[in-house]
Amino acid sequence: MSTDTVKAAAYRVCETTGLSIFLKAQFFVKINAVLAVIFLLVGGIAALLLALTRWSNVMLLNDIWYYRMVTLHGVNMLVFWIIFFEMAILYFASTTLLNTKMFSKKLAHTSLALMFVGAVVTNYIILKGQADVMLTSYPPLEAHPLFYLGIILFAVGALIVAFNFFATLYIAKKNKTYEGSMPLVTFGAATAAIIAVVALLHGAAALVPTFLWSMGWMEMMDPGAYRLLWWGLGHHSQQINVAAMVSVWYFVATMSTGAKPLNETVCRGAFILYILFINLAAAHHLLVDPGLSSEWKIWNTSYAMYLAVLASMIHGYTVPASMEVAMRRKGYNKGIFGWFAKLPWKDPGFSAVALSAIIFGFIGGITGVTLGTEQINIMAHNTLRIPGHFHATVVGGTTLAFMGLAYYLVPLIFQKDFYMKKLARIQPWLFGGGIVIMSLGMSFAGTYGVPRRTYDSDFGGAVLETGFDPVAHIFLGVLGIGGVIAFIGLLLFLVLIVAAVFFGPSLKGQKMPTWQTDKEQKMTDELISKGYEEEGKDYHVKTPGTIVLVLIFLLSFAIYYFANWAALADLWHIR
Amino acid sequence: MSIFHPKGNWYRPPTGSERLWVGLALAWCLVMSITMPWWHFQGKQNAPQTTYEVEPEAFIQRVHQFVETNQVGEMNNVPIVEPEPGGDAYLLGQMWRWYPVLKLKKDQTYRIHVSSADLQHGLSIIPINMNIHVLPGYDYVMEITPTTSGEFSLICNEFCGIGHHLMTGKIIVEE
Ligand code: HEM
Ligand SMILES: [Cu+2]
Ligand SMILES: [Cu+2]
Repeated sequence: MSTDTVKAAAYRVCETTGLSIFLKAQFFVKINAVLAVIFLLVGGIAALLLALTRWSNVMLLNDIWYYRMVTLHGVNMLVFWIIFFEMAILYFASTTLLNTKMFSKKLAHTSLALMFVGAVVTNYIILKGQADVMLTSYPPLEAHPLFYLGIILFAVGALIVAFNFFATLYIAKKNKTYEGSMPLVTFGAATAAIIAVVALLHGAAALVPTFLWSMGWMEMMDPGAYRLLWWGLGHHSQQINVAAMVSVWYFVATMSTGAKPLNETVCRGAFILYILFINLAAAHHLLVDPGLSSEWKIWNTSYAMYLAVLASMIHGYTVPASMEVAMRRKGYNKGIFGWFAKLPWKDPGFSAVALSAIIFGFIGGITGVTLGTEQINIMAHNTLRIPGHFHATVVGGTTLAFMGLAYYLVPLIFQKDFYMKKLARIQPWLFGGGIVIMSLGMSFAGTYGVPRRTYDSDFGGAVLETGFDPVAHIFLGVLGIGGVIAFIGLLLFLVLIVAAVFFGPSLKGQKMPTWQTDKEQKMTDELISKGYEEEGKDYHVKTPGTIVLVLIFLLSFAIYYFANWAALADLWHIR
Repeated sequence: MSIFHPKGNWYRPPTGSERLWVGLALAWCLVMSITMPWWHFQGKQNAPQTTYEVEPEAFIQRVHQFVETNQVGEMNNVPIVEPEPGGDAYLLGQMWRWYPVLKLKKDQTYRIHVSSADLQHGLSIIPINMNIHVLPGYDYVMEITPTTSGEFSLICNEFCGIGHHLMTGKIIVEE
């Protein structure tokens, strides 16, 4: 057999992008994405039940099942759905974008098996009722050993995928499968993978001794030390999610509008800031913990300066700015926002990513930095303001961006077309809109002090009675309604994806069908091919629309931030 | 293109509105960085810093002693305890109550020692919404000055087992 035929069997050329898709890697992109979506369904069912329980006029579940579902939801969403999907992104970004085969198929199989077994074991033991300890499993609370073991197996699997990813980058470089520097999307994925290694090592340090303790082979770890280490996993994981999400923003911006990063130095510099300045910020979660000094807390939340926040603010500008430049080059030059109205809003991949950026920035980012301020955290710790914040980052931001990517993965990697395209067009709005409503309901209920992870917000039956202002209960209703809408959006996503992947019309040998008019698609294609030639060339950047958008953002940020300081000044004095 | 490899030397400092935004964002980050330490000097609300190591049994002992010497009443069979203004008070988190009920005077400062007898708990003062985390083995000292009077509830906002949503307490603040 000549080397040519061997090669021909190893990859196919994508009809849409002209990139090489290596079939072995393609299998792992597919299987990880499918598994991700299955765990999204499990977490989603739990989500609906939770929303209908926190809605204080409904209170669907009983107390035991509420707490069990909080555990089930947190683990399946934040760990299994998100990380399986990120594994798919790592396989894609390291092979297709670098024009190389992956380093080791054996390792890929091993890691997949570990992750799958880990996820199944963890779910089994939670549903069996022997791990009602929440995602965080803070000792002295103790779960069945299989709970920790399942998560450890899953994490080891993910670590192996990261290793396979780095090894693939290495062989691509060594075999010179590409010229110049790696693409920005791969650079972002590499950022995520580096942070993942650090996160998983912290996770091992927290969970391995805890597993041994649950087996009776070791003393219990100090609860404060556990929190410090566990959040080294928990917080860093959010940085993985942010880096992966931003990479998806760049990818979809290019595919849907033909956008080209304005300045590779700035975009890559911002990714490097994530690696350098976010790693120790687990302190966000420990701001009102005993045993830690204020100096330590302040230093570790800000590293003396909020340079990781700066990185996100930079991406928040460069992504829309690159789209503005692309749209203006297509001739949409009317006024400051003419280009904005003409963006491909009919493309669900695009609208998901656009909404993701808006929700992540305006709600998730602003609340996150504010609540993560040492003193302001006194008004927020463990209240519903916290899930209100992170449902705007990891759900409205990361999950929605991943959904947007899925609208590209299905035609490009699975080579299947969607049914019900009208419904697909509204899906991101339904899911994003529901999450925004729920997040606002949680946040406002939380400002009254309504706690998270609590079955009955009125503590009915307690020896010393208590309760909340009726307005807080209205916001719990808003939480419930938003949650139901988001669940419908999530279910619609699953239906669309499953229908396309398993029953959809084949797109083998065809270009990806466009969501835009043919004329617009042609202009986008032209920009993409032109952008390739123009790589490295300078052209003048004028982005008046984006500058206005980011200034509105900065203003909202400042108002929210200082309003919280003002509210803090009304509290009892404490130190 | 974000999916293609840039060739040649792509290093280039930011220009135009991109540079403007990076500068503005950096300035804003600087403002936020300064605000946190500044509030330690100017603000009246800062996260408590004093912590002592304590065995849960020893802490429970101190709480009982505190209740014995300072009890002034009872609420639903829970003792009401009035500490000396400026003095030490003890508050025990356990599955599932905050013990005892504290009676304080407005605008007086107290050193309230908080710890847990068992699991992790979250101390939340309602409706003013002030929250700190409580760990077994750690005696966390809040130097607190109530600035409003009335009856306040304590709830738990960290999951501590199946009775978590029954875990309450009270602080009474008199004029
Ligand atoms: C339909 C979509 C969703 C709805 C309606 C929903 C709703 C909820 C609700 C009601 C809670 C419980 C809050 C409490 O009582 O403390 C919760 C917790 C949580 N959710 Fe979601 N959620 C959704 C999607 C997601 C996704 C996609 C993720 C992650 C990627 C996620 C991550 C979490 C986490 C980490 C918690 C905290 C669990 C804990 O306290 O241990 N959620 N969610
Ligand atoms: Cu508790
Ligand atoms: Cu509790």
